Amino acid sequence: MSLAKRIIPCLDVDNGRVVKGVKFVDIRDAGDPVEIARRYDREGADEITFLDITATHDNRATMVHVVEQVAGEVFIPLTVGGGIRTLDDIRRMLNAGADKVGINSAAVFNPEFVREAADRFGSQCIVVAIDAKKVSAPGEPNRWEIFTHGGRKPTGIDAIGWARKMVDYGAGEILLTSMDRDGTREGFDLPLTRAISEAVTVPVIASGGVGNLDHLADGIIEGRADAVLAASIFHFAEYSIQQAKRHMAARGIEVRLT
Amino acid sequence: MSSVAVIDYGMGNLHSIVKALQHADPETEVICTADSKAILGADRVVFPGVGAIRDCMRALNESGLDEVIRRVAAAKPLLGICLGMQALLTDSEENGGTSGLSLIPGHVVRFAENLADSDGHALKIPHMGWNQVHQIPHVLWQDIPQDSRFYFVHSYYARPDNADTTAATSAYPETFACALAQDNIFAVQFHPEKSQTAGLQLLRNFLRWSC
Repeated sequence: MSLAKRIIPCLDVDNGRVVKGVKFVDIRDAGDPVEIARRYDREGADEITFLDITATHDNRATMVHVVEQVAGEVFIPLTVGGGIRTLDDIRRMLNAGADKVGINSAAVFNPEFVREAADRFGSQCIVVAIDAKKVSAPGEPNRWEIFTHGGRKPTGIDAIGWARKMVDYGAGEILLTSMDRDGTREGFDLPLTRAISEAVTVPVIASGGVGNLDHLADGIIEGRADAVLAASIFHFAEYSIQQAKRHMAARGIEVRLT
Repeated sequence: MSSVAVIDYGMGNLHSIVKALQHADPETEVICTADSKAILGADRVVFPGVGAIRDCMRALNESGLDEVIRRVAAAKPLLGICLGMQALLTDSEENGGTSGLSLIPGHVVRFAENLADSDGHALKIPHMGWNQVHQIPHVLWQDIPQDSRFYFVHSYYARPDNADTTAATSAYPETFACALAQDNIFAVQFHPEKSQTAGLQLLRNFLRWSC
């Protein structure tokens, strides 16, 4: 009897629709976010994450509306990320019914923003999203850096040091995405996941690259993640959340079966 | 129509708890308020809260809501959630030691650093996610299967002085009291408003509880 590892389906939302791109191109329409969130809740998702992939003004308003609708009928934790840059952005999402917000590039440009956000709203609702890419050459010790702009722009910031710093600044949780793996369906970057998870005291959510159910279990067992996040394998109904949980349970992972 | 007041004292986002109460029982009027008259006039009261205990106690003391909660606790069903549970105890070691409302005798302590799980991996703090709740018989557990999972997020937990105030336990990895019951007070460390079916059932049971 102990804490369950979490499965978090992620909905990439663009203009009110759930989409999923492979390395941010080739965007496929996967449907209505409210409809999909309902299905994931029924299937036993432990949380749901919404990612506003364009974060334009119009898209933001659509996202607020989606969160309001989902929060009125789905009673599990909801996280919203994408374009969260000000305390007002956070307040707006929390008031719409989100429980946590994901802060990504705004943290890179202004780390103090994370501290202010945690002071104002509490660490429990501040998830710092880290997009990392391997920068070490083959044969060298592993080294990952923070990238912005969907993995296109290097920052020179070491990922492990950054994760520690964000926890010091008040991050309650780390959402770690491997930009090398995102959209590839090759599985998480396990050495990266493990390095970050072992470096920080707060829970780490592994993200980027899930293509099958073994990848989810590997993220927990080998990557030592506290939660695993995936998008496309659930959207197109390849696997249900329930199937994913049964598979993880069969590999000896404690999960919440409903 | 019966009513429930959710105490709004500026500690956290009350959207979820209000929505969940409305969903749990559409027949109940849900009022989210800082007004002492409205709180004292409701049939039942929910005392939520997230954040740091010192800010919580300061907000209660400055607004006079501490006295309102004491009066509620003496008169009608009161549900404390998360920080709202911790504030009911005598004191907390958070923020260098903070006095609570002393409605339930006991202390709030932090999870020890460097705890390990059964595989020897370091346990993360906060304790975040779905953990099993082992019930000790109480009417508020009605229709909720024993050892159901509820959603937690906290770094401190209650250690009540009287073992018989414990209404449920959980383990991380040591067993701790995750629900307390004393007369017309029920308090939970987890978030029923984020705990899907089991959480909504607990809220429904609270909205029907007459003690």
